[in-house]
Amino acid sequence: MEVEVLYQTIEALTPSTKRSEVSADRPVVEVLAQELVALMQQLNDNSHLGFNILLDHTAIDWEKEGQFELDYLLYSTRHAQHLLVLTRIPRDNPIVPTVSAIWKIAEWQEREVYDLFGVLYDNHPDLRRLFLEDEWQGFPLRKDYQDDFMLESPK
Amino acid sequence: MSVQVRTLEEVTQTSSTADSPLATDEYFINMGPQHPSTHGVLRLVLKLDGETIREVIPVLGYIHRSIEKISEFSTYKQIVHLTDRMDYLSAIMNNWAVSRTVEQAAGLELTDRIEYIRTIVAELERIHSHQLSWGVLGMDLGAFTPFLYGFRDREIVTDILEETIGARLTMNYILPGGVMFDIHPNFVKKVKEYIQYFKPKLEEYEELVSGNPIFQQRLRNVGILDSETALSIGSTGPVLRASRVPYDLRKIEPYGVYDKVDFNVAIGTVGDCWDRYYVRIEEMRQSLKIVEQLIDNVPEGKFMTRKPAVKLKLPEGRFYSQVETARGVLGFFIVSDGKRDIPYRAHFRTPNFNNLWAITKIAPGGRLGDLVSNLSSLDLVIPDIDR
Repeated sequence: MEVEVLYQTIEALTPSTKRSEVSADRPVVEVLAQELVALMQQLNDNSHLGFNILLDHTAIDWEKEGQFELDYLLYSTRHAQHLLVLTRIPRDNPIVPTVSAIWKIAEWQEREVYDLFGVLYDNHPDLRRLFLEDEWQGFPLRKDYQDDFMLESPK
Repeated sequence: MSVQVRTLEEVTQTSSTADSPLATDEYFINMGPQHPSTHGVLRLVLKLDGETIREVIPVLGYIHRSIEKISEFSTYKQIVHLTDRMDYLSAIMNNWAVSRTVEQAAGLELTDRIEYIRTIVAELERIHSHQLSWGVLGMDLGAFTPFLYGFRDREIVTDILEETIGARLTMNYILPGGVMFDIHPNFVKKVKEYIQYFKPKLEEYEELVSGNPIFQQRLRNVGILDSETALSIGSTGPVLRASRVPYDLRKIEPYGVYDKVDFNVAIGTVGDCWDRYYVRIEEMRQSLKIVEQLIDNVPEGKFMTRKPAVKLKLPEGRFYSQVETARGVLGFFIVSDGKRDIPYRAHFRTPNFNNLWAITKIAPGGRLGDLVSNLSSLDLVIPDIDR
């Protein structure tokens, strides 16, 4: 699919969706957190898009900007097309709706992001720690995380 | 007076219905983290009703080594050396995933020789990984011979790779910009001998196990995963292909020299344990075919494009690249701020993490005994799940 056509199709889906300024090696669209589920549902259902695989979901801690960037890597087997959907949420109130009703795997990928970043997923069916024990304090992949076992950062 | 004769089947069926006097209660048992058929430190909490599984709750983290956090403090070359501790049976392919992402981000051009060598060693590794998976499946179902046969043939591949790479398990070979060493002078000859050796052995595998009625009964129509669920739960590799989805990166987004070789993608028809088993058998055959086409044609050239740069800075941006390992899609996601020679964030999309959750869909409703077939057919490597 032509990248320009892809962008135009996706931008028409929800009002806040637009192509992103961030540099990446594939098409990137940015959406507001409250419209995330509506957009994802249409990306999956729309036969011109058909993004049926959620390849990966992860977060990036932009500590200076005070934001978490949530990245969703999608793939459409029908059109052999990659897409990166990203949304930004404030670091001090990290709540985002879950997309696990659309792709089952999101349930566990989101649990990983919760475990390591502390992002809270609204409506998640089973939000628990994944790798760390339930009593663990803090979220290790946050940039400001500290504990006694940490390595010194090379200068 | 009448005497009622019942069968064992009737007895077991009535005892498992809730309204009979022998009603059973649901209960939980713990399988693992130390259990021979979980192939590592995987813990499953099982909700059982008699011997019927109602729910499987995987509990992870017993071998979590925070590879992603360490990566945020490591240069790209150092990250490569962490990856073969994830899926140790696809060690070289894991190296390749990182190298490929870094090369694409930095715009490194590779020589044909590098691409040929990488493809050959990756396919050899796919063969030895599937050999082990075949042997372990046999052992999980109570047959010890396949395990010994699998190891016997796997040893020869590790010997060949050891001669070039220097390691037998956690092989470090592929680096951004090339491979660490040129292939050993004996490599081509030994690989050719191996292809001739293993072809009849693969038929022997089939004669030994594939036709065995016990195997058939324990694998056929057990743990059926339909294609829609398989896509939704993110499974890839042989697990997804057994569910009739011909998704193989080697065909769809060819890397290395996969676009220059002739091979077929094996897919299943039902999506049961048998299909997952048989897809791997067929993949070994296809891998032999790939290696056979390449081994005589390795072109001359450099095995490393330039002197290994210690400080390799990537431009600012998000880069994701993936390869097809023996278990599915391994993706490596780099976020670079463009200022330092280490990533701002590094993330692995590992095949086993995404394949594991199939067990929560295919095991419930089945018997406890079938859980072992199901687990074995997913061919999980636990360090790759936990990272």
